[in-house]
Amino acid sequence: MSSETDQTPQQFLIQVTNRQQSYQCIEGESLLKGMELENAHCIEVGCRGGGCGMCKIRILEGRFNSKRMSKAHISDTELAEGFALACRVYPCGDMQIESDHFEIKSAAEK
Amino acid sequence: MKKGVMRPGHIQIRVLDMDEALGHYRDLLGLIEVHKDSEGRVYLKGWTEVDKFSVVLREADEPGMDFVGYKVLNNEVLDQLHKELIEFGCKVEEIPAGELDGCGRRIRFDSPTGHMFEIYAEKEQTGKWGVSKVNPEAFPMDLKGMKATRFDHCLLYGPNIAGTIDLFCNVLGFDLAEQVVDDEGTRLAGFLTASMKAHDVAFIEHPEPGKFHHSSYILETWEDVLRAADLISITDTSLDIGPTRHGLTHGKTIYFFDPSGNRTEVFCGGDYHYPDHEPVTWLAKDLGKAIFYHDRQLNERFLSALT
Ligand code: FES
Ligand SMILES: [Fe+2]
Repeated sequence: MSSETDQTPQQFLIQVTNRQQSYQCIEGESLLKGMELENAHCIEVGCRGGGCGMCKIRILEGRFNSKRMSKAHISDTELAEGFALACRVYPCGDMQIESDHFEIKSAAEK
Repeated sequence: MKKGVMRPGHIQIRVLDMDEALGHYRDLLGLIEVHKDSEGRVYLKGWTEVDKFSVVLREADEPGMDFVGYKVLNNEVLDQLHKELIEFGCKVEEIPAGELDGCGRRIRFDSPTGHMFEIYAEKEQTGKWGVSKVNPEAFPMDLKGMKATRFDHCLLYGPNIAGTIDLFCNVLGFDLAEQVVDDEGTRLAGFLTASMKAHDVAFIEHPEPGKFHHSSYILETWEDVLRAADLISITDTSLDIGPTRHGLTHGKTIYFFDPSGNRTEVFCGGDYHYPDHEPVTWLAKDLGKAIFYHDRQLNERFLSALT
């Protein structure tokens, strides 16, 4: 019995403060995939590969691992400030995040 | 008017992780891995392509497209177009033969939309992969995944597509085959061809320069596109949209993403173009149908997810 419960993946509570929404993210899934699996809609879904920036968030609290993200969307400074791409962030516990940080840059801002 | 540009010859795509990218372009899409150079770039091609390679993957911090190259008829054409590109006002750079292994001298130039392009006349010709030059069989037996037959075109987003379309039509001799215009008559999208295909390259107006929407690979049949959809599910690959049909070009298509977020298309069929054809026009108010003929509705992702 106990070995079975051990195998059930853990769920983490993800609070998306700007949207006043939350969802449960399965251990081992990215924040974005976890949200999609729950049919929650609180982070924009784009490429799911760390390239397009549509899922850009700011992490307010919580531990996580991450995969390489496009520097075009997350500069080193932004990384230090807690910005990240939700499709590349794998929570290790409950998290608090802010979504909707994607913006299209025009030529002048580049 | 034709000026000696033959076809899209290569595209260099930036990826965040080379091994993951090969899982996509080689194992899922079914391109043939032909070479790895001293910089670690990996060269691939569709099995029907006669030149040595058409897709080059480069590992980098920022996914997207480095450049697209077009093959021209010969060195005289190359020299002539080189001159005309300078006259047009492009920033032009000559890349020596061998900078890409197996490729001759390239003329690289920038464009009003912020994309880098090149033309070249020579590339090592290794022939179609897996079939003999004489009495070729229908296809090689050991193709993988979607069995993509060739790199076909790409779609690029940037500001001032009028300028880049001017460059492609008036300097490089492409024709405008299809377009989207708004109520004021402003062109929001242009599909350009150097051949009989409905497009060899396409542009969509967008504020940020130099953006990459997708690279596209041609399959033979609608059945193949449906099988590609199955493979996308089997491999749990990030799907964008499809299988569906475009209004523009009428191609039957599916869009999905590589593991670094670059969009890929596989498609079959579509319109043809002769030099005396008027451009096919779609109205911006019907953009949903122009892009996704069945849904008749655009999704935000198609417009905003770019690398
Ligand atoms: S969805 Fe494109 S970067 Fe996350
Ligand atoms: Fe396309």
